[in-house]
Amino acid sequence: MNRIVVVGYGPTAHRLVETLTSKGFHGSVTVIGEEPRPAYDRVHLTSYLSGTSADDLTYAVPDGVVTRLNTRVTGIDREARRVTLADGGTEPYDVLVLATGSTPFVPPVPGAEHAFVYRTIEDLDAIRAAAKDAEQGVVVGGGLLGLEAADALRGLGLKTHIVEMSPWLMPRQVDEGGGSVLKSHIEGLGLTVHTGAGVQEIVHDDGEVSGLRKPDGTVIDAQVVVFSAGIRPRDELARQAGLEVGPRGGIVVDSGMRTSDPAIYAVGECALAGGMIYGLVGPCNTMAEVAADRIMGGSATFEGADMSTKLKLLGVEVAQFGAMDGALDVTYMDPVAGVYKKLFISDDARTLLGGICVGDGGPYTALRPFVGKELPASPSDLLFAGAGAALDLPDEAQVCSCNNVCAGDIRTAIADGATEVPAIKACTRAGTTCGSCVPMLKQLLEKSGVEVSKALCEHFAYSRAELFDIVRVRGITTFSELIAQHGQGRGCDICKPAVASILASLHNGHVLEGERAALQDTNDAFLANIQKNGTYSVVPRIPGGEITPEKLIVIGEVARDFGLYTKITGGQRIDLFGARIEQLPEIWRRLVDAGFESGHAYGKALRTVKSCVGSTWCRYGVQDSVGMAIALELRYRGLRSPHKIKSAVSGCARECAEARSKDFGVIATEQGWNLYVGGNGGFKPRHADLLAKDLSTDELIRTIDRFLMFYIRTADRLQRTAAWIESLDGGLDYLREVIMEDSLGICADLDAQMEHHIATYADEWAATLEDPEKLKRFVSFVNAPGVPDPSIVFASERGQIKPVMSR
Amino acid sequence: MSWTEICAYDSLLPETGVCALVDGVQVAVFRTFDGELHALGNLDPFSGAYVLSRGIVGTRKGEPTVASPLHKQVFSLVTGRCLGDESVSVPTYPVRVNAAGVVEVTLEAPGHEAPAMPGYAPVSLSASRVPASAGG
Repeated sequence: MNRIVVVGYGPTAHRLVETLTSKGFHGSVTVIGEEPRPAYDRVHLTSYLSGTSADDLTYAVPDGVVTRLNTRVTGIDREARRVTLADGGTEPYDVLVLATGSTPFVPPVPGAEHAFVYRTIEDLDAIRAAAKDAEQGVVVGGGLLGLEAADALRGLGLKTHIVEMSPWLMPRQVDEGGGSVLKSHIEGLGLTVHTGAGVQEIVHDDGEVSGLRKPDGTVIDAQVVVFSAGIRPRDELARQAGLEVGPRGGIVVDSGMRTSDPAIYAVGECALAGGMIYGLVGPCNTMAEVAADRIMGGSATFEGADMSTKLKLLGVEVAQFGAMDGALDVTYMDPVAGVYKKLFISDDARTLLGGICVGDGGPYTALRPFVGKELPASPSDLLFAGAGAALDLPDEAQVCSCNNVCAGDIRTAIADGATEVPAIKACTRAGTTCGSCVPMLKQLLEKSGVEVSKALCEHFAYSRAELFDIVRVRGITTFSELIAQHGQGRGCDICKPAVASILASLHNGHVLEGERAALQDTNDAFLANIQKNGTYSVVPRIPGGEITPEKLIVIGEVARDFGLYTKITGGQRIDLFGARIEQLPEIWRRLVDAGFESGHAYGKALRTVKSCVGSTWCRYGVQDSVGMAIALELRYRGLRSPHKIKSAVSGCARECAEARSKDFGVIATEQGWNLYVGGNGGFKPRHADLLAKDLSTDELIRTIDRFLMFYIRTADRLQRTAAWIESLDGGLDYLREVIMEDSLGICADLDAQMEHHIATYADEWAATLEDPEKLKRFVSFVNAPGVPDPSIVFASERGQIKPVMSR
Repeated sequence: MSWTEICAYDSLLPETGVCALVDGVQVAVFRTFDGELHALGNLDPFSGAYVLSRGIVGTRKGEPTVASPLHKQVFSLVTGRCLGDESVSVPTYPVRVNAAGVVEVTLEAPGHEAPAMPGYAPVSLSASRVPASAGG
């Protein structure tokens, strides 16, 4: 039992091999996949079209697992226990797992071979290419995947039609009432819905598609047609090998996921378990885990699965849980708001059987765990918004259906010290697949009694965001005032710089003015970056990385004259190391005279806006990325924020400026600019997500203004934009609503705040040089101002200085 | 005891420190919000750099402190002890204001208690006020 071969490398195969390796399986594991890459996240496949890369979607291959990609299995020799491959090779097994998945169902109508399907990254590439010269598109299938595909076509700029055979959309998830609310939502977005309609043929001229003919003879004009009308299990290998298959397809398995050959398992969409084919990620993951357990000698069983779903399609929440009928039902419908909610209950009106939600997924989150149990409140109360929040879940109630995690598991994790949602995710896996149960995790955490302190430190019982509001609303201008009225004690190294940053963000005075000087970290106090030996480094601003030879020479001369170690930074500027405190004003006098200003490399502030050379020089560039980077850097220079902010602008999709590793990154398109937010390098690298695409220059700047100001207002101390966006309820969608649709009505305020920052910006080094009071602090020894610190000693390395520590 | 004059008391900004060179020893002198003075060795024992005078001054449960500007370890201004690691401490030195309103430090008798400061009464937060005893 030590050679496992897995045929097919989709998400279910991934879960299987991941479970085997994490449980310490000792044999060899080989996965054979016909696609060119390992398994990837199909739940978020559509995000590929809005900028998420294939690499981002692809799961890491677990250590020790051998993969054979681009490889098709052509046969199974059950007697010899080996599979044959298309290239003629073979792969021996002790245990074989079929995870061959499914193919999209394409009805046998004339011209169907010229239509697309929506399943793999290659499918999406083909659709994107075809959409380039198309105006209209049709999706055949108004189910879950069909609407997903329709959303994708709409995102590609096509006028989109949906053709659904049933009398209403999503017939497997909602009833007629829900379907009609859903339809009006979708039509409100400009899509055309044809329900109760079939397909006669795909109209084409020698392969060039021009429309879809319905059985009534009418033709919907379209240049792109996508079939998304259900799946068919891929059971052909099993059939050939003589394994038992269902009458309508699917490899028959027992509750241990074993096929009619005990050495062969089948999991995922190709498996027929209890007479059912499961196409949802949750049940497929469970099958994989059951098979892994069995392979390792366990006795886990798959007893069917909850087919509940909750998703947001085309901006509408659609959810279904439990049964879709019952003796009694209670319906809440608000056609104005586009909300439809229905609960099915037993004939004695005591037991919840299931429910349907369109436009408001709230009841799903709150009530799904109560399916089969006594109703926790009256049905009408349960259907009103927010009603579910106060319900107490039984321990055995399932919270995360993707990973089969119950309320009791979450409570155990909380009791064991997971006091934040990310910690609960990490130790239970709940909320890590589709994320729809994350609000539930938060509620369980809140109700667990674990006091999650948001206090900044012992001096303030408030979070940074709350302090920001207090300072803003009360018009507070000093730390003393704030701590006297809203804190206790005298502050510390945590709250002082945080408040200094808030005061700077809101009022933008000099960071060393009066009492504020005592609040700053040494970097801000000396407007330079402290190094390990107590010396400082100096970084003049070089906006966009563009510099004249004359200015470059000045930097070289200053570095030479003061004997500074010189290095190019990752942010396209130059760092000069080894300056003693008393040298800083002299160094800066020369830099300011030559036209340089502070680069704020020392502050929690905008650092740099990198750029590639852009359309001015580059034969590929489509916009002037250098000009844009300079404009952005000059606009936001000196902006104090909860953490450092980095940015970059790329002049074309080749992305030479690495904009997607930045807090806000801009990538030029033929039509304008794409804006990405929430990226960073560092300890936990993260690619930025697409916030908006094809923005005009004005739209781009307005959106960045608001993004930065909303971040400054609401983020925690030392929270970078990535973690901040993750912490927002509703994430990127919510951010988009706030800063692009003004859902909170604060955009005018954010705009005004940014205008104030820009209007009041002044170079803090130039201002310091003009103020003898501020300059007084730039000495190593207060009683011997001219004496350099004798503890600072340098050696030489590669022709430059390096610090020598005394011990 | 030999005392070394450091600087005018009024030149010290409340809640900040300065560094003085006293017979070749680097001494960090702090003025807290209540007008009190404290003197510690300037060497940060964790990093080996002479930087404590540049740390942020504050309080922990009422005790005046300074945080190292390099790795943020917090030291008591009264005892010199590191609050996160009881085994580490920095020396403390007697500090006072003389009749002329000048801060003085001595390296002798470094103790773990703040020394008495003859002739000096704490002043208010206002940096412009001369200590009462120095009014003459």
